[in-house]
Amino acid sequence: MIQGKAIIFGNNIDTDQIIGAHHLTLPSIADMALFAFEHHENFTDHFTKGDIIVGGENFGCGSSREQAPAVLRERGVAAIVAKSFARIFFRNAINLGLPVIVCPEIDEIEDSARLEIWDNCIKDVTAKRQYSIVALPYFIHNLVAAGGIIDYLRKKEQNAGRR
Amino acid sequence: MNAVEKILAAHCGETEVHPGMIVDVALDAVMANDATTCLAIDIFKDRIGADRIFDPAKVILIMDHYTPSSSIAAADSHNRMRAFAKDQGLHHVYDGLGVCHQLMMERHVAPGQLIIGADSHTCSYGALGALATGMGSTDVAVAWSRGRIWMKVPETIAITVTGKWPKGVFAKDLIMRIVGDLTARGATYKALYFRGPAIEALSIAERMTLANMVIEAGAKFAYIRPDEKTREYLGEMGRSDYNVVEDDEDSVFEKTLIYDVGDLQPQIAFPHSVDNVRDISAFEGTEIDEYFLGACTNGRYEDLEVAASILKGCKIAPGVRFLVTPASTEVYRRTIGSGLIEVFIDSGAMIGTPGCSACFGGSGGILGKGERLLTTANRNFRARVGSPESEIYLASPATVAASALAGHITDPRRIM
Repeated sequence: MIQGKAIIFGNNIDTDQIIGAHHLTLPSIADMALFAFEHHENFTDHFTKGDIIVGGENFGCGSSREQAPAVLRERGVAAIVAKSFARIFFRNAINLGLPVIVCPEIDEIEDSARLEIWDNCIKDVTAKRQYSIVALPYFIHNLVAAGGIIDYLRKKEQNAGRR
Repeated sequence: MNAVEKILAAHCGETEVHPGMIVDVALDAVMANDATTCLAIDIFKDRIGADRIFDPAKVILIMDHYTPSSSIAAADSHNRMRAFAKDQGLHHVYDGLGVCHQLMMERHVAPGQLIIGADSHTCSYGALGALATGMGSTDVAVAWSRGRIWMKVPETIAITVTGKWPKGVFAKDLIMRIVGDLTARGATYKALYFRGPAIEALSIAERMTLANMVIEAGAKFAYIRPDEKTREYLGEMGRSDYNVVEDDEDSVFEKTLIYDVGDLQPQIAFPHSVDNVRDISAFEGTEIDEYFLGACTNGRYEDLEVAASILKGCKIAPGVRFLVTPASTEVYRRTIGSGLIEVFIDSGAMIGTPGCSACFGGSGGILGKGERLLTTANRNFRARVGSPESEIYLASPATVAASALAGHITDPRRIM
């Protein structure tokens, strides 16, 4: 179970907003992470490690830069819950082991609400409500369980070696 | 199966694939650029623990987003790329010769291929009948080590385009209209298959514009069936060894959208979302500080030619800046040869080094507080090109040129 405070974002949050182009040449993700959501005050002023980002539709749209989910993970974002995700961002987050959860009913969640993310649902402890989450396809579920494509392939190879 | 499904089937060794299937596909090329390569190198070495890439002829590295090196950090990351390329013995490394997608399409892409790139506009290659899509640095690092990657077979949406292209209306206007209609997420995970007489009528350059922007609706692939024009283009580029994949007669599409370009107006995408698209008439007269002609969307010879036809013998409005950046050195060379560059210089334009230039905000053309940019690029996200208090408007090369003369958003049909 993941627990944290909700930080609310709107629809179509693009990767340029998460980490600007001019920061991508910095030597490490830790260096870039200082500039995560640099123009979003709800993040720069209110985020603390372990918080949960709650986005609208199409979270992470735009470029393929994996630095976007990487800086959020580096800052300690516990999970991202959104109505829907952009395709490349979704793959990248899974490959980094950053939990991405699809939940169509998040409109109800208010900023700073205390959330609990369980296997099949999200509990809004503040509002005493519960929302269902969309189950992942079997293959994607296995990728997530393995912690991303690299560990998934490693385990697969190990299993093949044992046979 | 349709051509998209047939190309995927051919690369995963299945006789038949269908939408929703997860397939492990062999790749014909893996491209990465200077915004994404260094992270992929870290992952390749540290997380995968890999030593050698799968094929030094198929892994292509391109420096284009921060070229010529625009900061010390950029110079250091370029040096890391060069060292990795040398260590791995890569055959194809391009250093400041143009936007990655333009170079890929000029020099590498062929119909029927399956390519991934660590850049979201990799979908452009569908203009030549290849399937190509953007992925992150981890997937690219995995592809470097295995030569393969997993994909979900997408549903295919057919977009049938009919009608005669009106003067002053271009592929850029059509794709912006389509993104506006579909919304920024309307085609997430789908393939967009463009067809019909108005698509066949387009030059290869304009087909590249169309395919380039499908990601702005969330799509995974663009696809346009190769024809005589494709064959001619590839022939000029020295490539003739490929097979064109045909749709089966019982091809299935998720749906078909129909557009008639006959009554299409020039379009503008307003800040700060690419699907915020309206007819130009709604916002004629909006004052603009900087104009940009270039990018993988519209930096090709044909784009520069249209703009030059409007600018010839005229000066840009007093007090505005106009930046022209050819998409590649090859485009640059042709532009010099035919005298287009002179037209731009005479009009008062700055000429940029081939590369991503003011599309990406990594190497010049940066906007200050309160400024507005009218650009042929593909994204108008907040703070993409400088200040979070600036605004970016997207348009065709003709609209950008006509507007640069007036100093405000201007319908190019008034001049053409």
